[in-house]
Amino acid sequence: MVASVDAPEKMVGKAIKRREDPRLITGAGQFIDDLRMPGMLHIGLVRSPLAHAKIKSIDLSPALSMPGVVAAFTGEDFLDLNPLPAAWQAGGVTNHAVTPRVLAVNEVHLAGDPVAVVIAEDQYLARDAAEAVIVEYEELPVVVDAKKAAEAGAPQLHEEAPNNIVLEWSCGKDAEVVDKALADADVTAGLHIINQRLIPTPMEPRGSVARYDPGTGDYTLWITSQAPHVMRLLIAAFVLGIPEQKIRTISPDIGGGFGAKIFCYYDMPLTMAISKKLDGRPIKFFEDRVENYVSTTHGRDHISDVEVGATNDGKITALKVKTWANIGAYFSTIAAGIPTTLYGRMIAGCYKIPNIRVDVTATYTNTAMVDAYRGAGRPEAAYLIERVCDAVAAATGIDPAEVRRQNFIQPEDFPYDTGIGMLPYDSGDYERALDKALDLAGYTDLRAEQKRRIEAGEQKLLGIGLSSYVEVCGVAPSKWIGLGGEGWGAGLWESANIRVQLTGKTVVTTGSLPHGQGHETTFAQLVSDKLGIPYDDIQIKHSDSLGTPFGFGSYGSRSLTVGGTAIYKTTDKVIDKVKKLGAHMLEASEADVEFEHGKVFVKGSPDAAKSIQEIAAAAHVAYDLPEGMEPFLDETTYYDPPNCTFPFGTHVCVVEIDNDSGEVDIVKYLAVDDVGNVINPLIVGGQLHGGIAQGLAQALYEGAYYDDDGQLLTGSLSDYAIPKASQVPWYDLDSTVTPSPVNPMGAKGAGEAGTIASTPAVGNAVVDAVKHLGVNNIQMPMTPERIWTAINEAR
Amino acid sequence: MYPQQFEYVRPSSVDEAIGILASNPDAKVLAGGHSLIPAMKLRLAAPGTVVDIGKIDGLAGIDSRGGAKIGAMTTYAAIVDSDKLGDFPMLTEATKQVGDPSVRNRGTIGGSMAHNDPAADLTAVMLALNASVTAKGKGGEREVAVDDLFVGLLTTSLAEDEIITSVNIPNDFANAKQAYVKHAHPASGYAVVGVAVAVTEKDGKVESARIGVTGAPEHAKRATSAEAALTGKTLDAETIAAAAALAADDLGELNGDVYASPEYRAHLVRVLTKRALTQAAGL
Ligand SMILES: Cc1cc2nc3c(=O)[nH]c(=O)nc-3n(C[C@H](O)[C@H](O)[C@H](O)COP(=O)(O)OP(=O)(O)OC[C@H]3O[C@@H](n4cnc5c(N)ncnc54)[C@H](O)[C@@H]3O)c2cc1C
Repeated sequence: MVASVDAPEKMVGKAIKRREDPRLITGAGQFIDDLRMPGMLHIGLVRSPLAHAKIKSIDLSPALSMPGVVAAFTGEDFLDLNPLPAAWQAGGVTNHAVTPRVLAVNEVHLAGDPVAVVIAEDQYLARDAAEAVIVEYEELPVVVDAKKAAEAGAPQLHEEAPNNIVLEWSCGKDAEVVDKALADADVTAGLHIINQRLIPTPMEPRGSVARYDPGTGDYTLWITSQAPHVMRLLIAAFVLGIPEQKIRTISPDIGGGFGAKIFCYYDMPLTMAISKKLDGRPIKFFEDRVENYVSTTHGRDHISDVEVGATNDGKITALKVKTWANIGAYFSTIAAGIPTTLYGRMIAGCYKIPNIRVDVTATYTNTAMVDAYRGAGRPEAAYLIERVCDAVAAATGIDPAEVRRQNFIQPEDFPYDTGIGMLPYDSGDYERALDKALDLAGYTDLRAEQKRRIEAGEQKLLGIGLSSYVEVCGVAPSKWIGLGGEGWGAGLWESANIRVQLTGKTVVTTGSLPHGQGHETTFAQLVSDKLGIPYDDIQIKHSDSLGTPFGFGSYGSRSLTVGGTAIYKTTDKVIDKVKKLGAHMLEASEADVEFEHGKVFVKGSPDAAKSIQEIAAAAHVAYDLPEGMEPFLDETTYYDPPNCTFPFGTHVCVVEIDNDSGEVDIVKYLAVDDVGNVINPLIVGGQLHGGIAQGLAQALYEGAYYDDDGQLLTGSLSDYAIPKASQVPWYDLDSTVTPSPVNPMGAKGAGEAGTIASTPAVGNAVVDAVKHLGVNNIQMPMTPERIWTAINEAR
Repeated sequence: MYPQQFEYVRPSSVDEAIGILASNPDAKVLAGGHSLIPAMKLRLAAPGTVVDIGKIDGLAGIDSRGGAKIGAMTTYAAIVDSDKLGDFPMLTEATKQVGDPSVRNRGTIGGSMAHNDPAADLTAVMLALNASVTAKGKGGEREVAVDDLFVGLLTTSLAEDEIITSVNIPNDFANAKQAYVKHAHPASGYAVVGVAVAVTEKDGKVESARIGVTGAPEHAKRATSAEAALTGKTLDAETIAAAAALAADDLGELNGDVYASPEYRAHLVRVLTKRALTQAAGL
């Protein structure tokens, strides 16, 4: 070992607490609803109580006559604003994209569609005034089911979309080839799977505050957005038709998003347009929970028919899937990408399946728009293929673990192309994660105990569920995902800027941003190690289009793998310059110096090192720089990854079911996840905990239901069951580490893994508990009643 | 969720409150506010005047001489924490299952009785314990057995100007075999079905039994056929099974929603009655 400088404690890999938590936990955060501005006015929306109707007339006068009401408008007043953009249209097929206007004009398509707006001095009055507006409707027939919407004679939502069809898309081999493989299979099984509609439910609902500056014609827009730069682009270029630089977007602290805050919503341009109409008075819109439930996007809502063929020893030979995806009343920003690229192309899961065919029909219905929700397409795919594995196990009599083992892609197969249009999986060792999970769970003993209880006729049945998942994160490169490829209408790169200031205190600005994930901590850990600058001297700035470089936002577990890599590469640029200037200060040639732990020194003489702080000061004052060097340590990177990353793992869930009442109790939950290299295990653990909770809630508790008139029956938190702490089990978390070759950190992404993995683990466990009675499927959420009914029907 | 505009008054005596109620037909009593305020925020209720009885002296507190007299403004938390209710362990156990800590810190027993939510917990418990409420109105004070108090969906036999001042539990079931068992709704935490049983024995046979069922029926009701099937029998597994099988028979039309159909609720009533009786019997 050559002589080197003292190594400070490494930050990467350390489970430090999040630096943002003291602020957020003590109520010192700044959320949209904390914004108070002089002259600020509040919006009350008049929403349609009917799910499908013609607007006959709107009488604003009762509202306008109320003291404190400043103005009121209908959709006709905003015809100069374009409909919202359809930013991701599925590649290679026709998309009948009908997007909403800021307020509905002529016709409403869902209960909750805003038809008029009242602007008042406070939000109570705004609501009272909105209630006073008189709207006359002519009721039209309603359809809420994705499959029924495409049937002959169904009520029609949009002229532009005959038979309510948004798009028809497919991937994999020709249907005849797959049909033949199914016909040739030793065994076949069929499954009808309803991946029910979910409501994302971030703790903070959505809102916008807009302020127009009549002097400059510029707008400032504060939004609860996971992608403020993208919103600025979409609103400027597509809705208002003004230069991007006329808008500054700011996402303040955000109380969770889970995808629902990625999209361009009506209230963003609406508040802007109203602020302009009212000479720059700040306009605030902030949903209450009921509005959030009816009019912010929902997730999932697939109906699928599945056929699988396998050999007698459990090798899957063919998989044919037909899916109806509910898009809701209109086309949301990236709605088309979810049931296509992120679902169809991930249907193979961890398995080598020679013959796959996926057909997707996406339809409009009189329901809230459906778009990305934590996992976005991948949970639907993982649930389907993992249920398929258990169906193959049931059909062949082979243990579910063995079926998975039979079909796994092997470590030496990577990079692996599944043949259905996804980019090659980067790296993995699926069997190792499965083996570890089975071992930790005591799988053999669990199976023995399950058998014992059945033979003893006990009332509490045991069910063991496995989920070996793989998912796709950090979706890129832009050329693949973009317009000529999968259809997303822009790029998916990220950016970073690092400035080491005169004092050595460092500011990192990133186009990426948090809505609860702890970016300020993780990114600072990364930079601290790379530059050898103390963690506390590094500040991460984000979320404001003024002062941060363009970024596409936080979703799809892309912040670290894409945004973090942009930061990583920027540190390399800083180090290059630090070495050059350090060598100059040491009167040595650049080739003779080394950079380590924040110090530049001539090889072999670490004692005479120059610190990065000294070098930053020299760069800043610029008294003595090498020939041609610019002052200041200030570097920027725009990074477009060469591939996506593919985290994986195996989750094991053990449930106890009361065969009398159908009540379920999760008695064990064990996860072995491989998210590649980890920067902060505490944050990754938190992401997994939350993710698992959300995923198991889909299996057991959550489900959004509309009645036949299009009324949301689960329109509040007292009907829609997001899980409380008392409803989730203890989690045993473990891991394997298979670094991703895609980025220099070897990270794969951890934001959605838990959600994607846990739904099938829990679902398989429930079905496993009652399969000896002849039950082979139960739809989610697997409520006690549904389990009880399945048991009764099988008996 | 923003309520419509309303007036707020805070009387300092029961009589003053009754006076306000009698002269304002659209006035409503505010106790813990954990049923009334959510309803107002959803604009399902829009009282013109809210009469806060929270600062009236003497409405909160527990007197346990001969049964228990619990002031209407006594919070769930105070019931859980009380050392005076040892004769009625089911009440403490059931109260622990109401909502969450913030609900228990604000919600009151009087509010629970007056609101008569079809999925409330303590309505069933009070039916099983043969309790009554003391109500005071313009016409004076009267005692109403809970058997006669709950008359319909969210409806009681109280007059518009009557205020519940206390909930009274007689000595009948002090230290009796008792249990409350609940299947909580996964979203609201309210009872999808809750069953409260209280059983006294004499010479090894059931002397009297009362079973209150909440969640399933239109309002909390008694399972009288099941009660009858217990009376005079030994409280063993066989008797319990026979009684439990009848538990859904006297409840009228049952509630149904996306979580649980009427058929499943009926089944749960039988399952939970069996569990409650088994637990009460110590089997
Ligand atoms: C999140 C949440 C969860 C809950 N979970 C449960 C649960 O699991 N189980 C359960 O049983 N309950 C539950 N509740 C309801 C809670 O128990 C209520 O507090 C209770 O039902 C009403 O009591 P209150 O004191 O809050 O009454 P308020 O809301 O103040 O009043 C309710 C009604 O009763 C009337 N009223 C109140 N007091 C009197 C009186 N003394 N005389 C005459 N009229 C009166 C009011 O005018 C009003 O109409 C929950 C509530 C919430 C918000």
